[in-house]
Amino acid sequence: MSAILDNLDLYWSGFLTTVSLSVLAALLAFALGTVLAAFRVSPFPPLAGFGTAYVETVRNTPLTVLWFFMVFGLPLLNLTLPSFFVAGVLALGLYTAAFVCEAVRSGINSVSAGQAEAARAIGLTFTQSLRLVVLPQAFRTVVPPLGNVWIALVKNSSIGAAFAVTEITAVATRLANSNPADVIAVFLGAAVAYLVLTLSSGLALEIIERRVVVLR
Amino acid sequence: MTRRPLSRILAVTSAAALALAMAACSSDAGDAEDSAGTTAEPTEETDDAAAAEFPEGSTMAGLVEDGSVTVGTKFDQPGFGLLNPTTNEPEGFDVEIAKIIVDELGLSAEDIEWVETVSANREPFIQEGRVDFVVATYTINDTRKEVIDFAGPYYQAGQDIMVAAGNPLGITGPDDLAGTTTCSVEGSTPAENIRTNYPDAELTLFDVYSKCAEALKNGQVDSVTTDNVILLGIIAQDPESFELVDNPFTEEPYGIGVQKGDDDFRSFINDVLEASYEDGRWAEAWDATAGQFAETPEPPAVDRY
Repeated sequence: MSAILDNLDLYWSGFLTTVSLSVLAALLAFALGTVLAAFRVSPFPPLAGFGTAYVETVRNTPLTVLWFFMVFGLPLLNLTLPSFFVAGVLALGLYTAAFVCEAVRSGINSVSAGQAEAARAIGLTFTQSLRLVVLPQAFRTVVPPLGNVWIALVKNSSIGAAFAVTEITAVATRLANSNPADVIAVFLGAAVAYLVLTLSSGLALEIIERRVVVLR
Repeated sequence: MTRRPLSRILAVTSAAALALAMAACSSDAGDAEDSAGTTAEPTEETDDAAAAEFPEGSTMAGLVEDGSVTVGTKFDQPGFGLLNPTTNEPEGFDVEIAKIIVDELGLSAEDIEWVETVSANREPFIQEGRVDFVVATYTINDTRKEVIDFAGPYYQAGQDIMVAAGNPLGITGPDDLAGTTTCSVEGSTPAENIRTNYPDAELTLFDVYSKCAEALKNGQVDSVTTDNVILLGIIAQDPESFELVDNPFTEEPYGIGVQKGDDDFRSFINDVLEASYEDGRWAEAWDATAGQFAETPEPPAVDRY
């Protein structure tokens, strides 16, 4: 227990790093994922092809491999990122975007075809009908899957410990090595830190879902 | 969903679960049978003779009776404990030291079961009894002595700095690290040392040294710092890209980890180490492994505390 209590400041800084890494990566993932979903449902074959290729490649690559490429592969292509944290945000965000794309696309498919037809009938373009009619309805139905993706992203941020991002898992590894008698307590502390994030996210998601659920 | 598809799904799921459980059980049973079979007849007589040398109930007698020893070592440290993918066995100085100890028990190298112990696992594995002893570039320090005991030291390493070939920043020692980025492994003693004593150096921490080497090659960090033998192992694999500053600034005595309180076993290992210093086996082990890329040092005096 003392290993946790004596090092609360370290746990706190790790917690903040996890939160900032997760939030920034999530912003990237949700923005890019929605765009990719729009690509995949668009009537323009090159865009649809790109969307499908992106999802199939990224979804089937382990995050660790992708992260390794972001950190060590990009410099070989003469692309240097400002910091290892930025590399982490990119890796995590680009990876999760594939999953967000699929979740949003399933939401788009669940909106009845009549909506898209009606939007076309009143003269909206493809992008306008997506933005004004379909997506608002789609997002309301995919709150649970997107919540899943968010929680998975928070836990995936732990891979940052292997790539120079000092988040919760890195802090736990450091403390476990310096407190060999309290290894279990140290990792329990890390688990609690993650639970604080994921449980509160779960509660927030419940509230959001109740507010936006589509009553059939 | 109608009744029949649901019960079919349940049947398939429980069959799969049962198959998994049986596979798990059978693999354990298979291992137990195998080891019992190989140690059964031919070595029984020599086992009894060897066990007779050791006090009743001591770890050594127990190991001889089992006929096998589980040793924890590193699988990713060139020169000390590096897994050979073709033979699937680790090779290196730590491995050779372990073999010398097992030899003195009256067993052979084939009786050793090698388990990878990464830095964070060394104490838990010893405490749980998952391994009989650990030889894994294991620095002796007082915090670790609270939970396990150390035999040895069998080698004296020192923290050093590795830079890109040509030493562009002209780093000659740890004080020159101020204002530069240096790389090490999260949770390691060298990293802790830099953080405490040289706080002006910016630390970048990965989980393995190979990533630090990669970052140094790409220019993402200015140097890598850890024990000199680990650095020499990295340099040996890529001598064109790196060079060693060669100014060790700490003393890292490498020891052999055993369970806390097992004084008999610790004395036995210390006896074996001292004997190997005398009769040249220690020097032979070094020359065959880390000696390929580092000079042969003097063996350090064991610490019988």
